[in-house]
Amino acid sequence: MPNWLANALLILPAGLLIAICFKRDLIEIGWKVMAVQAAIMLPVAAYLGLVWAPPEREMGDVYRIIYAHVPQVWMALLGVTLNFGCSLAYLMKKSWTADALAEASAEVGLYFGIVGVTLGAIWGKPTWGVYWTWDPRLTSAAVMLIYYTGYLAMRRFTENPDTRATWSAALGTFGIVIPVTVYFSVVWMKSLHQVQSTPKTVDPQMVFALRWAACAFLCLLITFTYQRYKVARAALAREVAPPEALSGPPPSSNDVAKVAV
Amino acid sequence: MKPESRNRLVAIVALGLAASALGFIAWGNLGENLVYYWSPSQLLAQGEKAIGPTIRLGGMVQAGSIQWNAGKTHLDFKVADGKEADAKAVQVSSDEIPPQMFRENIGVVVEGTYDKDAVFHTTRLMVNHSNEYRPPKAGESQKDWQKSLLEEQPQANK
Repeated sequence: MPNWLANALLILPAGLLIAICFKRDLIEIGWKVMAVQAAIMLPVAAYLGLVWAPPEREMGDVYRIIYAHVPQVWMALLGVTLNFGCSLAYLMKKSWTADALAEASAEVGLYFGIVGVTLGAIWGKPTWGVYWTWDPRLTSAAVMLIYYTGYLAMRRFTENPDTRATWSAALGTFGIVIPVTVYFSVVWMKSLHQVQSTPKTVDPQMVFALRWAACAFLCLLITFTYQRYKVARAALAREVAPPEALSGPPPSSNDVAKVAV
Repeated sequence: MKPESRNRLVAIVALGLAASALGFIAWGNLGENLVYYWSPSQLLAQGEKAIGPTIRLGGMVQAGSIQWNAGKTHLDFKVADGKEADAKAVQVSSDEIPPQMFRENIGVVVEGTYDKDAVFHTTRLMVNHSNEYRPPKAGESQKDWQKSLLEEQPQANK
């Protein structure tokens, strides 16, 4: 299967993201396109990974969990990296959009992280012989899950929106240490987990199935993050709105732009 | 201080802390103080100090070193620095059931204790997979992949 096809799949999400930067209104259509693309690509990804791709020479069929484990851990790293970008953006230019998107990306990143690490543990038992060991890659991944759980807990416990936004932005900015360490842990330190594979070390058919799955999960990440962003935005609207707005019905998320920016 | 300048200060401090933490993790010689496992040559270089505490040893299963007892309940093998025949190696003794992929010339990490008779007694035997993913070779059917690997390690069947 040609790799250009796998790369072409990324044109839709990437193009949409760029278009949204120029024309904000596109987001309402854009997220639906992403949801549809995810809904179509995910079942196909399952077929490609479970049936179409060849078995692995040493691991047999067990390795097929790679098509779920690797893309979801990538999405976790992407989610928390987005959290870093939003956190820094908030500190530079106080923006409730950045704060709400930071909350959304941390939570979605944490979700993918929990699923990805769990899948990794399930894969570890038949191949390594253990579900868990404290090697640098696994330890740093565990730190990531704990750190962003703490980040979200801190957001819940801080009632003043200004204080919450500032301190969680500080945590989110410092937090970039974690995804970078998770990614490079296998290069910098001796680990049980293998170093990153490249297209050269992986059979082309497997590369295609993996790219397809990664693109499907990327569309899912965008859909989840946007939905969670709308929830965060609506909650902020209730908090940040001036007192007279509170006497009427709660404002919808569309009112936020007028009130908060 | 205005909230805007306070926020920028917070950003600079957080970025500075992040950069120094990353620098420390990447170049701070963490690897020397906080190692996940010792290689055979590192373990042998420790001498007396390696005897007693629970440690991890990592390396490659030396070709021709795998010895099962008659009942296949006990396993002896050597963990070496590399594939070369003259690579430094440590004798390992295990009552564990090795993972399916265990064979000669595969990476392993063993957890246990090193005794004064120069034998490493492991209570946890882990196999690590390389970053290579390949389909079975031409002519190998899906069912034969395990069989063909066993043929490559005749010692394991003694």
